[in-house]
Amino acid sequence: MKLSSWGQLSHAEHRVMLLDGLAPGQDFLASAKPGIAYGMGRSYGDVCLNPGGTVWQTGRMDRFMHFDPASGRVRCQAGVLLREIQQTMLPHGWMLAVSPGTQIVTVGGAIANDVHGKNHHRYGSFGHHVREFTLLRSSGEQLACQPGDPLFAATIGGLGLTGLILDATLQLKPVYGPWLETETLAYDSLDAFFQLSADSETDWEHTVSWIDCLAGEGRGIFMRGNPAPAGVVGTMPARRSRRMPLTPPVSLVNGLSLRPFNWLYYHLKRARAGHQVEHYLPFNYPLDNLLEWNRMYGPRGFYQYQSVVPPQHGLAATRAMLEAIAASGQGSFLAVLKTFGGMQSVGMLSFARPGVTLALDFPAGGERLQKLFARLDAIVREAGGAIYCGKDARMPQDLFVSGYPRLAEFLKFRDPGISSALSRRLMGS
Amino acid sequence: MYPAKHVVIIGATSAIAEHCARLWAAGQPVSMTLVGRNASRLQAIAADLKVRTPTSQIDILTVDFASPAAIHDLAENLFAQTAVDLVLIAHGTLPIQQQCQDDLQEAENALYINGISPALFAEAFAGRMQAQGFGQIGLIGSVAGDRGRKSNYTYGAAKGLVTRFAQGLQHRLAGSGVQVSLIKPGPTDTPMTSEFKAKGTKMASVEEVAAGIVNGMRAGRDVIYVPGKWKIIMMVIRHLPAFIFNRMDI
Ligand SMILES: Cc1cc2nc3c(=O)[nH]c(=O)nc-3n(C[C@H](O)[C@H](O)[C@H](O)COP(=O)(O)OP(=O)(O)OC[C@H]3O[C@@H](n4cnc5c(N)ncnc54)[C@H](O)[C@@H]3O)c2cc1C
Ligand SMILES: NC(=O)c1ccc[n+]([C@@H]2O[C@H](COP(=O)([O-])OP(=O)(O)OC[C@H]3O[C@@H](n4cnc5c(N)ncnc54)[C@H](OP(=O)(O)O)[C@@H]3O)[C@@H](O)[C@H]2O)c1
Repeated sequence: MKLSSWGQLSHAEHRVMLLDGLAPGQDFLASAKPGIAYGMGRSYGDVCLNPGGTVWQTGRMDRFMHFDPASGRVRCQAGVLLREIQQTMLPHGWMLAVSPGTQIVTVGGAIANDVHGKNHHRYGSFGHHVREFTLLRSSGEQLACQPGDPLFAATIGGLGLTGLILDATLQLKPVYGPWLETETLAYDSLDAFFQLSADSETDWEHTVSWIDCLAGEGRGIFMRGNPAPAGVVGTMPARRSRRMPLTPPVSLVNGLSLRPFNWLYYHLKRARAGHQVEHYLPFNYPLDNLLEWNRMYGPRGFYQYQSVVPPQHGLAATRAMLEAIAASGQGSFLAVLKTFGGMQSVGMLSFARPGVTLALDFPAGGERLQKLFARLDAIVREAGGAIYCGKDARMPQDLFVSGYPRLAEFLKFRDPGISSALSRRLMGS
Repeated sequence: MYPAKHVVIIGATSAIAEHCARLWAAGQPVSMTLVGRNASRLQAIAADLKVRTPTSQIDILTVDFASPAAIHDLAENLFAQTAVDLVLIAHGTLPIQQQCQDDLQEAENALYINGISPALFAEAFAGRMQAQGFGQIGLIGSVAGDRGRKSNYTYGAAKGLVTRFAQGLQHRLAGSGVQVSLIKPGPTDTPMTSEFKAKGTKMASVEEVAAGIVNGMRAGRDVIYVPGKWKIIMMVIRHLPAFIFNRMDI
């Protein structure tokens, strides 16, 4: 069947195999290879795709296996959604320590991209909270991997290329409830953003910001939050979700709509700046209620460009990238700017690392867009940064190699039965 | 009758049944007995339900679905221990029609597991529920049981048997305190229909179908089409004259 990922950039035929969660792995071993695991396809590019070949869909590997409410350790199959963990464990006073900006992703996907959240400076990335997982290699070998094992470090952030993750044991984080005390602030320059980030690191668990990349000088909104103490309660968010009703013939995100949208968003948020008690759902997952919002970019799909650059180049590189974007006039609905903390990631190919990360969406376009990407790549390359594989569909191979210095070490742990469009594009096989 | 205190699920490894179980266990603690043919598959589901609802009691039992004596003993033992408030009979398999035509053993297996076996389970529970004076039986049939079609009439005939059996039980148990729901799902995204899914066919989600079943049974409805639109579609299909129907490629 035709299969795509979140960016909707390709719709190639795949042989889709829905893995059985009640006899885990047997069908994987018996199936045609090479293939690649596919969780919810919330990656933007080709990390979960294998055009013309097999994908192993893990959605039916969705059972919890064990939970200890005293220690907050949960063991579950790799197809369990983060949303399911949040919902099920919250009443017991536990939540995921790290969650990306959508909870509609699988545990396997969160491990394979070693995803990060708004609290990186406090909790690191997803892999820091994995205590063990079961890895099934296409040879039939089944291994229990723990922190310290080389195969553990290869598989965390390993892009699905080291074997099929059958299940994982996660350490959750204790919470009083679903509420966060948040603060929203407007800033009007990049310097101000870096100042706010630095000031917030010690006292705030979550920090993230939205930046208007068309305004040039670095105008944006800074959001920070802390889990609310016991007894602090806000108003429940509406539970209604909406679905993007159709794919418009052209992208709704274009030069005409962007400027007014960004202006409006900035001024709306600025008007509501200040302190709030917010539920974790709208704070952490602002887009999850608008199902299939990716369709608004039209049938050609869209790219997300997410980079990270080391702290010492953070300001200069970010400024240069924003200027390049403003000059090109091609912008982004969601330009997210955030600093990562100092924690070393667990995985050999983990993306999160100390520095500054910028994420931008671009409707798929022609030569002008490729030129802009080349310009942005040059800035990232020069700063010694990297591009996030979980979002990528196009980075040049040399930038991959320079951005992931442990690549050679990683390659030794690849499973020969596994290959993706991304692995062929960037690793040659 | 609600919340159901002791729920028994026959064919508990069915995706539809499992999602019903999650809904029955959500919120209030229940006691649930999961019945199937394979202990390790049942165990995985029991462990999952246990995490979702730690205060519930989840037991598993295996039984030979092909043995009337085993079905009898299962019911006998269950009721000897405690009352059963609700039983969902969910097992089934979608055979390849051509194979049923070519190989009578295939045809017999399909007719047995989709038709006779569920009827025997229903019979075994009906009498004992009647004796205890209360209870609810959910029997999963199918829209395929509403009219025979060339693409799946062996399966459809077995499901038609379930339909008539449920009707007869409803007639017999009227006023007894025992309620029988005949459940007719339309195409649903479960392992049974993986072949269709892999070809890209759009189907109802198993969550939606399970919610329809649980709500329909809670309301005590005799016939539950899920999703609801199938009630109208099947009414049309049932009433199409043969000279039109027989020319349709469905
Ligand atoms: C709205 C939105 C917001 C996002 N925000 C963030 C964010 O804040 N931070 C962040 O880090 N990411 C973010 N992402 C990206 C997303 O979290 C990751 O791409 C995630 O990995 C997707 O998980 P998935 O289950 O959809 O996996 P897929 O996208 O289907 O697959 C991702 C990778 O996991 C592998 N994989 C999946 N299951 C297994 C398994 N069982 N065994 C082995 N390998 C497996 C696949 O092969 C593939 O390499 C966001 C995405 C969206 C759409
Ligand atoms: N999915 C649909 O589109 C659809 C539509 C209409 C009606 N239905 C009906 O809904 C019910 C549930 O189906 P589902 O979609 O949830 O399918 P499923 O997930 O594939 O479950 C099938 C169930 O039947 C059991 N089973 C199959 N053959 C058996 C045998 N010979 N002996 C004992 N148990 C057997 C399986 O047990 P194991 O796990 O041990 O294999 C499993 O519990 C079935 O009655 C089906 O006919 C389904």
